[in-house]
Amino acid sequence: MSTIITRMGDAATVEMTADDLRRDIVEGSEAAAAKGKVPVLEDREVEYLVDMFTCPSRIWGVERGHEAILTKDGSTNTICSSRLSSGVCAPLNREAAVRLFETAFAFDTMEVGHTDYSVKPAKFLASLEAQHLEFLQHVTILPLFYGFMPNLGLYYRPDGPYPNPSDLLPMGKIAEARAAQEEALEACREDVVWLSKQMVDVAADGINYDTVASTGDADFLATLRACEEVTSTTGLPVEIGMAAEMVLGFHGELEYDGVRLAGLWPHQQLKLVEKAGAAIFGPVVNTNTRKSCAWNVARAVTFVKAVTAEATIPIHPNVGMGVGGVPTCEVVPADMVSRASAAMVEIGRADGL
Amino acid sequence: MGTGDPSGMGLAHALASSMGGIKTTGDLVARMQLNKMRLPEAKRYVADKLGVSVLDLTDSTVMRTVREDLDIGVVTAVPGLAKGLEAKARIAELLDIRINCVERMKQKIGAPLR
Repeated sequence: MSTIITRMGDAATVEMTADDLRRDIVEGSEAAAAKGKVPVLEDREVEYLVDMFTCPSRIWGVERGHEAILTKDGSTNTICSSRLSSGVCAPLNREAAVRLFETAFAFDTMEVGHTDYSVKPAKFLASLEAQHLEFLQHVTILPLFYGFMPNLGLYYRPDGPYPNPSDLLPMGKIAEARAAQEEALEACREDVVWLSKQMVDVAADGINYDTVASTGDADFLATLRACEEVTSTTGLPVEIGMAAEMVLGFHGELEYDGVRLAGLWPHQQLKLVEKAGAAIFGPVVNTNTRKSCAWNVARAVTFVKAVTAEATIPIHPNVGMGVGGVPTCEVVPADMVSRASAAMVEIGRADGL
Repeated sequence: MGTGDPSGMGLAHALASSMGGIKTTGDLVARMQLNKMRLPEAKRYVADKLGVSVLDLTDSTVMRTVREDLDIGVVTAVPGLAKGLEAKARIAELLDIRINCVERMKQKIGAPLR
């Protein structure tokens, strides 16, 4: 039987038969359904993915007329930063890079953000950040976000002033670990609100809170509370993009609007993000490097389809390196990125990416 | 979208799935998404305002001319056409929406000279 050249979740090339690919697609969807308690893909959706992964074409794309909107977290780091952000460190400043994204790359939206991208270091440079955004608003046409990560982890020792739950929990100091998170999340919330309002003053089109819940349920709660305050007091649109598919329960008992945050899956996170007033939600589905890209894409779109089926706001799933069916590697192959991209829109019914 | 090298990630998504920014109407549909409109509703709204079909919204051949006729900014460098804030002021009027930087420009222009 002839084989198809495709990739694993770490981007390594692998040869599979069409039957193997079909089996992986079905099993990937079933894996998402079992974890999230969401429906598996329909037969016609499985067939679309089989056609896509068995096609030898290097690049895949959506049908004409089905195109969606791109929002870009990480600002221009891919152009201006180092390998930390898969960046190429081009000799361009951020203004030039944003204008390239608008014209040369024809992006639908773009974002300004500090190279570190976390709120804690960015707040000290707020006036510089605001100046970049303000200048760009004069010369660009596309919607411009200001983006950053709440990144609660930076508020714990040794980076911040609060006791580190990762030190306390192994010692069995659960109450102390929870208290530290409750104090830290309030400081983080204040910073997120403050920096967001700085960008309101220089006329940002929106704020992008990215990699949310990277430090678990306390990180998620800080972001939801900040989003609620920013959207209700300024009217500024907020996008919330997640860090991982499930909210980790480092605290375990935190709630928002009466819902326990630990253990929430993307379609459950959506409901709280909507309640907090966000304009766009970016769910994440992690890539498993030991499985094929076909398995990973099927799993990712099954989760995302469950989100878009219930959403009242636009859904922009994260399809960066290591999430959304995209392989985990520093330099990502366009053959798999374009397939994950199209599958998210055609099967996941994403409003954007 | 997410992290990745420019050609492998950003450009791959742009070619596979994106509306095409100011080359077509991606910026306009994105502005309606900021107003919480989901994709089909946002596309229909923009198409109606521009007087084109939904399929035309991502047709760069059609939209290059439409954008120049409306003077709302085009992707190539054409002297004399609206740029930056000028284009966004016209977009705000065309789509009947508030754009923060346009509102700020109006305030600055209207403020007294002490």
